[in-house]
Amino acid sequence: MTEKFDVIVVGAGPAGISAALTTARAGLNTILIERGDFPGSKNVMGGVLYRQPTEEIVPGFYKKAPLERHIIEQRLWILDKNSVVSLGYKTQRHGEEPYNAFTVLRARFDRWLAAQAVEQGVLLITETVVEDLLVDDGHVVGVKTGRPDGELLGNVVVLAEGVNSMLTQKMELKKDGLKTTELAVAVKEIIALPKAKIEDRFNLEQGQGVTIELVGESTQGMVGTGFIYTNTDSISIGVGALLSHIVRRKINPNELLEHLKNHPMVRPLIEGGETKEYLGHLIPEGGYKAIPKLYGNGVLVVGDAAGFVNGIHREGSNMAMISGKTAGQVIIEAHKMGEFDERSLSRYDKYLSNSFILKDLQKYQNASGFMETHDHIFSLYPKLANFVAHELITVDSVPKKEKQRRILKEVTARRSKVELLKDAYRGWRVMG
Amino acid sequence: MHIVVCVKQVPDTTEVRVDPQTNTLIREGVSSIINPYDAHAVEEAVSLKKRHGGRVTVISMGPPQAEEVIRRSIAMGADKGILLSDRNFAGSDTLATSYILAMGIIKITEEHPVDLVLCGKQAIDGDTAQVGPGIAVRLGMPLLTYVMKIESVDLSSREIKVHRKLEEKKVLVASRMPAVLTVVKDINELSYSSLPNLLRAARYRAIIWSQQDLEVDTEQIGLRGSPTSVSKIFAPPQRGQGEIIKGGRDNPENAARILVDKLLKTKIIANK
Amino acid sequence: MAVTVIEKNCIACGLCVQTCPFEALEIKGDVVVDPKKCTNCGDCVEVCPAAALELDEPPKEMSAEEIMDVEEHEDAAKDKKDQLKEYRGVWVFIEQVGGIAAPVSWELLGAGTRLAKQIDMELVGILLGDKAEHLVGEAFAYGADKVYLVEHPLLKDYTTEPYTQALVSLAKKYKPEIFLLGATSLGRDLAGAVATRLQTGLTADCTELTVDESSRYLMQTRPAFGGNIMATIVCRHKRPQMASVRPRVMPMPSKQEGRHGELVKENVELRAEGYTSKIIEIIEEKGSAVYLDKAEIIVAAGRGIGSKDNLKILQDLADTLGGTMAASRAAVDAGWVEHSYQVGQTGVTVRPKIYFAVGISGAIQHLVGMQTSDVIVAINIDPEAPIFKFATFGLVGDFAKIVPALTNEFKKRLGA
Repeated sequence: MTEKFDVIVVGAGPAGISAALTTARAGLNTILIERGDFPGSKNVMGGVLYRQPTEEIVPGFYKKAPLERHIIEQRLWILDKNSVVSLGYKTQRHGEEPYNAFTVLRARFDRWLAAQAVEQGVLLITETVVEDLLVDDGHVVGVKTGRPDGELLGNVVVLAEGVNSMLTQKMELKKDGLKTTELAVAVKEIIALPKAKIEDRFNLEQGQGVTIELVGESTQGMVGTGFIYTNTDSISIGVGALLSHIVRRKINPNELLEHLKNHPMVRPLIEGGETKEYLGHLIPEGGYKAIPKLYGNGVLVVGDAAGFVNGIHREGSNMAMISGKTAGQVIIEAHKMGEFDERSLSRYDKYLSNSFILKDLQKYQNASGFMETHDHIFSLYPKLANFVAHELITVDSVPKKEKQRRILKEVTARRSKVELLKDAYRGWRVMG
Repeated sequence: MHIVVCVKQVPDTTEVRVDPQTNTLIREGVSSIINPYDAHAVEEAVSLKKRHGGRVTVISMGPPQAEEVIRRSIAMGADKGILLSDRNFAGSDTLATSYILAMGIIKITEEHPVDLVLCGKQAIDGDTAQVGPGIAVRLGMPLLTYVMKIESVDLSSREIKVHRKLEEKKVLVASRMPAVLTVVKDINELSYSSLPNLLRAARYRAIIWSQQDLEVDTEQIGLRGSPTSVSKIFAPPQRGQGEIIKGGRDNPENAARILVDKLLKTKIIANK
Repeated sequence: MAVTVIEKNCIACGLCVQTCPFEALEIKGDVVVDPKKCTNCGDCVEVCPAAALELDEPPKEMSAEEIMDVEEHEDAAKDKKDQLKEYRGVWVFIEQVGGIAAPVSWELLGAGTRLAKQIDMELVGILLGDKAEHLVGEAFAYGADKVYLVEHPLLKDYTTEPYTQALVSLAKKYKPEIFLLGATSLGRDLAGAVATRLQTGLTADCTELTVDESSRYLMQTRPAFGGNIMATIVCRHKRPQMASVRPRVMPMPSKQEGRHGELVKENVELRAEGYTSKIIEIIEEKGSAVYLDKAEIIVAAGRGIGSKDNLKILQDLADTLGGTMAASRAAVDAGWVEHSYQVGQTGVTVRPKIYFAVGISGAIQHLVGMQTSDVIVAINIDPEAPIFKFATFGLVGDFAKIVPALTNEFKKRLGA
C-alpha cells in the first residue's frame, strides 16, 4: 500500500529543511527526501550564514549549532595582477550576541539543521532520488523515487531540489529551462590551517571571523567574484563566474581558483595549509526574470530551485530558508481549509511578493543582464582603481595638480568621459 | 528460521588519522558507517528469510548513536534490532565484546530460539576477526568462518552446508545448526532497499539492553573484562623518500633504461 | 589509604584500571577508587598520562581490621602475579595443510627465537595433524628447541573444534607465556576460538613484537583503522599472551640444517561424535591458485590504468620477469581484477623483492599491505600521488608508455 503524507519535501537543503520543519511543527505529517548520504552532503555555498533569517527557523540556533566563526569584519578587495585596493567595515557590535552572521561548513550545519527537523517529527530519508512527480488530472498527488516500491502520496509536494531543478522544469513551472547566462559556476576549497595561524593572519580574536569578497583579477575579469572566509581551523576560498563567460573564455573554473590561490595578495593567507575538500556548484544567478512559476496544483517551489539568489548582495541561503518557511505556512493554511489546488497555494506567491525576497530580486532585476553585457566593470575598472591608487600613493615629487591631470588622461584614454558617465548612470539605474 | 546478525558501527577508516604531535586519534568529522562485511551478513540473512521464512534480528554493541546501524539493517529488511548499550561496556576488547554479544544472543534465544548467527568476517576498524569465533565458542555453536556461499539449509535435519573461502582453495563444509557463520563480501551483492523498508527504518527505535538487562558478570565486561589494552598509538612510520627518475613524461624509453639499469644492479632480477 | 583522583584532569582512559594489580579502580564517568582494595602502591600514578592521580599521605593509624583487609588484597594480588609466573616459554603454532607447512610458521619461529632469547625461555613449536611428524625436523631447523606433536585422524584436515580442543588442552597443561599463530584464514579462525576458551588476550595482525624487559610484557604493535594508525597492545593480567602475524610480515629466518631439538608426542582425547561440522569436499580454485604472498616480483594495477583491457600491458611486464599480477582495492572494486589478487589491509600482505605499483595512488590501506617490499617502483601520472613517498624509484608519466618501454628494455637486457 502506498503511504500518504500531508507534505512531501524534495531536497534537504536549507529551503527544504525549513519548509519541513515549519509544517512538522504544526503537526503535519511531513517527509523530507534527500538524495545525498546525509543532509548537507551535496550542499555547497560560500559559507556565510546570516543570523536573523536563520533564527526565524530555529530561534537561538547560534547557541547550539555547529558554527565556525562569527563575522566581525567584511572586506572588499579590488584586485589587479599584483595589487589590491581594499575596502572594509569592522565592528565590535557584530562580535557579540546576537551577532550578524557566521561562517559555516554546510555539510555539518545542514546535518544539524535536519536533526532539528527530525526532532520536530519530520521523517527524513536519505540516499533516495525523486525521479518524478505523480500527477492526477493536472494535480500533483505524490512522488516516485528511484527505490523499489518507491511511490509516495502527498497533499502537497515542496520542490526544494536545488539549482538543477529537474522536477520544476518537468512540471513546466520553469518553461524555458536553464540558460548559461542565468547560471554561475562556483568552485571552492577548504584549506586546513591551525586556529592561531588564522587569527594571526586575519587579525582576529578567538571565535571572530572575517569575510573577503574579491573582484577583478580573481575572476580574470569575468563577471563574478572570489571570496575568502575564515572558519574555525580552515579557510574557505572560492571563485564564481557566469557560466556564459566561462564558456566563452574557455577557462576551467579549477584553473581560476588555482590562479586566485597563487595571487601575491592571497597566497600568504593560505600558505602552508592543506586542502581538505574541493567543492563545485552551480548558482542560479538569473534573478527576478528567471524565477519560475512558484506554485501549481499540489506543488510549491522554494530555494535555489526557484532561483532565489541575490548575487549582488551575496544572499541565497537566507532566501532559501525564508521561502521554505513561507511555503510551510501556506501549506498549514491550505491544510486547515483542506484545499491544495493552485488557487489555494497561490498565496505563497503573494506572501513572497510582499517580502524582501521578491522585492529585492525585482529591484535588481536588470543587474545580471547589465553585468553580462558590461563586463568591463569586472575587468577594466579594477585595473583603473589600482592604477589610480598607485599614482596617488606613490611619492615621486610630481606636483599634485599634474598628477591628477595625468590620472584623468590615462583613465579617459581607456574609457571616454561619456562612456564613464553612461556606465555610472546605467549602474545607478539597475542598482539604485 | 530465526537468524541473528551481529553488526558494528565503525568509523569510515579512510578518514581516521593520528595527530602527529599528540599521538591521539583525530575523530572529529569522521563519519560512521555500518561495517561493510556486516552489511553483507544482513543481506544474506534477509535473503535466507525470503527463501526459508522466519525472521531476522540484528544485534549491535555500542554507544546510543550506534542505533544508526540498527536502522540501516532494518532498511535492508531486518525485522528487529537490539542495541547493547551501557557505559560499563565501554573499553571492551574482543574477548569482552564477544562475551557481551553472546549474552545478548542468549537473551534473544530465550525469547525465540536462534537457528543461525551471522557476522561479517571482521570489522574494518580493528580488523581482528576475533569476535565471530569468540561468540561461537561462548555459545557452544560450531564456527564456520569466511563463508562465501550458503549451499543449503535443511531445517528438518538441522544441517547447513556452506562454501568457505580459504587462501588457496574453497571447501564445502556441513555443520549442525545452530551455527555461527562469518561471511566475506563475495557471498552476495547488496541490494537497493525498498522505500517501505526505508520508511520503516526511519521510524524504527532500537530496543536497548543495558548491563542489567543482560545480567552479565561485571568482571568480564568493559576495561576490566579486557585482557588487552592499548599502551600507545602512533602514526605509521614513513618509508624513506626514494628517487624520482626523470623523463617519465617526455622520454619514457630513456627513463625505462635508467630504471632497468638500477634494478639489475640490485641483483634481484637475474641478469642472464 | 588510597590514591585520590583529580577529576578535572582525568580523561577516563582506563590505563590505571588496567594497571592496578589490586583491581581497586573502575571507570564510572571518571575513575573511582575502591579504598578497601587500594594499597597505595602507586602503579596507577605512574601510568596515568594526565596527572590525574595522586598518592595519599599514609594514614596515621589503621585499625586491625583494615590491616587485615589490605593484607588480604595484597595476598590475592600477589597470588595472581605468582600465577602469571607459572606461564613459561614461547610457543609457535606450526600450521600445516595436507602435510605441507605454511611458510608463516617458519617466519614466526624466527620472531619467536628473538623473543625467547629476550626472556630467556625455550621456543616451542606446536604441530597438529594426522601424519605430520615429517615436519618436526624442519621446525628444529628453523629454530624450535622443542616440538609438541599431536597426531590424530580427526586433525587431518582443519576444522575449528578438534584443533581448538587440542590447543586448549596443551596450553592448559604446559602454560606458555607467549603464543604466536599465523594470521592465515586457518590461524585466525583457530586463534579467536582458542583465546576465548583460555579467556586470554589476543592481538591480531601484529607487525612488530618485542618484550618489555622489565615487565616481560609482549609489546604487540599492529595497524588499526585501515592502517591509518599503529597501536601497541599489551596483555597485562592474563596468560598466554596470544598474537597473530600475517604471512610475509616477519622475515624468513635462515634454515639451520641438522639442528636438533626435543620431540614430545602428546595424546589429546578427541572423539568424532563430539564435533558438529565436517568438510565434505575440497573445491580447488579454478586454474592456478593465487600465491601472492609468496611472489618475488609483483606487478600491481590501480585505478590509474583506466580499464580492464589495459591489464595486458602489465601482464606483459609480469610475464617477462616471471612475476605475478596484483591489484589495489580500487581496481578490484572497479571489477577489473578478482578480490584474491588484492593487496592491502583488506587483501593480502606481500613482501616481494620488487613491487611495481602502476597507476596506484597509494592510499594508506594499500601501503600497509606492501610497504615492506624490498624495492618499490611507482609509476603514476600524478606527481603528487602519495605512493611516491614510499617508492624506492618513482616514474611520473603515462603508464601506457612507460610500462611497455620497461618490458622492452627488460627483454633486451635479459635476453628473453
